Amino acid sequence: MSLKGKRFLIAKPGLDGHDVGAKVIALALRDAGAEVIYTGLRKSPEYIARVAAQEDVDAIGLSILSGSHTELVQDTIRCLRELDAADKPVFVGGTIPIEDQRMLKDAGVLEVFTAEMRVEDVLAVIDRAFAS
Amino acid sequence: MTDAKSDRTASMRTHSEQQQPGMPSTQTPSAIEIPVVVTPDMVPTRDPSLPGEYPFTRGIYAEGYRRRLWTFRQYSGFGSAEETNTRYRFLLDRGQTGLSVALDLPTQCGYDPVDPMARPEIGKVGVSLSNLSEVEILFDGIDLSRTSTSFTINGTAAMIYAMYLAVADKQSVPREKLTGTIQNDILKEYVARGTWIFPVRPSMRLIADTVLFSNEETPRFNPISIAGAHFRDAGVTAVEEMGYTLADGLAYVDELVKRGGDVNQFSRRLSFFFYVHMDFFEEVCKFRAGRRLWARLLKERYAVTDPDALRFRFGVVCGGSSLTAAQPYNNIVRVGIENMAAVLGGAQSIFTCAYDEAFQIPTEKSAELALRTQQIVAYESGVARTVDPLGGSYLVEWLTDRMEQEIEKVIGEIEEYGGAVKAIEDGYLQMRTAQRARLRKQSTDSGEQVVVGENYFRHADQKNDFGEVFHLDPQSVKRVLKKYEQVRDRRNNKAVTRLLNRLGEAAAKDSENLMPYLIECCHAYATIGEMVTTLKQQWGEFVEPVRF
Repeated sequence: MSLKGKRFLIAKPGLDGHDVGAKVIALALRDAGAEVIYTGLRKSPEYIARVAAQEDVDAIGLSILSGSHTELVQDTIRCLRELDAADKPVFVGGTIPIEDQRMLKDAGVLEVFTAEMRVEDVLAVIDRAFAS
Repeated sequence: MTDAKSDRTASMRTHSEQQQPGMPSTQTPSAIEIPVVVTPDMVPTRDPSLPGEYPFTRGIYAEGYRRRLWTFRQYSGFGSAEETNTRYRFLLDRGQTGLSVALDLPTQCGYDPVDPMARPEIGKVGVSLSNLSEVEILFDGIDLSRTSTSFTINGTAAMIYAMYLAVADKQSVPREKLTGTIQNDILKEYVARGTWIFPVRPSMRLIADTVLFSNEETPRFNPISIAGAHFRDAGVTAVEEMGYTLADGLAYVDELVKRGGDVNQFSRRLSFFFYVHMDFFEEVCKFRAGRRLWARLLKERYAVTDPDALRFRFGVVCGGSSLTAAQPYNNIVRVGIENMAAVLGGAQSIFTCAYDEAFQIPTEKSAELALRTQQIVAYESGVARTVDPLGGSYLVEWLTDRMEQEIEKVIGEIEEYGGAVKAIEDGYLQMRTAQRARLRKQSTDSGEQVVVGENYFRHADQKNDFGEVFHLDPQSVKRVLKKYEQVRDRRNNKAVTRLLNRLGEAAAKDSENLMPYLIECCHAYATIGEMVTTLKQQWGEFVEPVRF
């Protein structure tokens, strides 16, 4: 795996308080040798983009289960662009209906993960994004 | 970059597609090893108490459901107050016996709809109730003297309770007639669910204010519902769910005693709330053990003597994270089994999740089916005919004893750490919960815990089609914003400012009960954001300890 030594920002945009998925993935990334910055709850897209740029992370994971992913993801990607940080891969995890998954990918998200996926598989997908 | 699409397909494939699982586990999810058979000599300390008698293992009332069936209370709310009012009338029309209000995140976290943090979340996971006029619309045509209403509200529970009282005033319903519940359990919000606002200590004060006020003014109302459900859905076991909840309960009792409350009085109105997941006997015994342990703790530690103050009243939700997006119709069966466990465990109110509830706002059709599930259990199955029908079963009595011991151990660990308040301020319970969530995920990922349709018994071309899709009316957000502006234009802004100042001054003094001030503010159409901002100026905001 090429996750070792990589820096990740795991973020909770918006008001959603469900942080299980974010923390489980953060723990798994850490165990795989990556460095993880977790924002905690209730962060604005502006804040998340700023931290991602300042900390010069290698990738960003956004976790949203409140149904407001469309706006929050688009806003975060827009803020990343404004900070010239749009080259960082963005992953999204949460309760995301199939039709919205396509829309998020069109907006620039590299991959969307849902609760039923195995953590191992999620990490493999992230890993492959770096391998190429 | 690799082709994202093929990655996705690869990651969705499970190891077990062609495989059958092994024999079902001999352990419960709380890691209690279940014997092949339980014999009478394994239950030496059989509890001789009858239902309605201390320590209430078999139930809090002598006649159980013969006295009264549980309340059928489906959690519901979305978009604007108008749409939610329509859904309530639909559910009441189909035989629901209590309302349960789901609020949107801005209302729960104390933001007005116009706040930039609120905009993307308006009406998404519940109804938007930013001020009294919205609550008036919500209960339009619903008689509050005859309808019991539960609000899943925590950070802003005091404000929503104040709005509810203001609507009752306007409907000329005497306060002593009001029945219902506000969740008002902030401690678990810091660990799971996350709708905290203020730091822990002033939040505890606000909760004590609501409980003490409610005991006097709305004696039939439950001013708190101490909840384990959200710990559970965040990853912990049934044993920990009950242990964390009772530890929180003790923290509230301590706070209320400190405030001069009479434990024999306020304990009569403490209520509880749990999840029911799939391990049938563990769930039944969790409730029997919890009932017995809570009564014993109150009696032994606080010398509570009033039997009503020792009765462990609880509501449940069947579903949550035990439901899957994979093969969603399987969820109907799961909820039916969980519903049975809730009844055999003696719940006072039950919410059965719709099979699509974990992924979308239920449609009318799925919501009706969830309600019908309860009605079938209540009226066709016959399980409510006698109190605690499983009482005396060797397994059930053995497992009740075992779970009680395990739960008490968990409470002991929290107390050793310094109690629930400290464990939460430090992020200790948050860390334990996150680690437990990881273990739970590992056990389903590895196939050790079987989830039918998700990690076993899938079919090759499986699509997670859950039938009808709910779409929120795109106009409802616009409606919420427009109404908000209208209220702000119409009200007496000078009066609002004066009342908010009074609220702020009262908040600065620990001895003042804030409820009368909040009710005044609500009557004047002060908004939730204004009231919360006023209190934040006095108390500051919670800073999340990030530990995992």
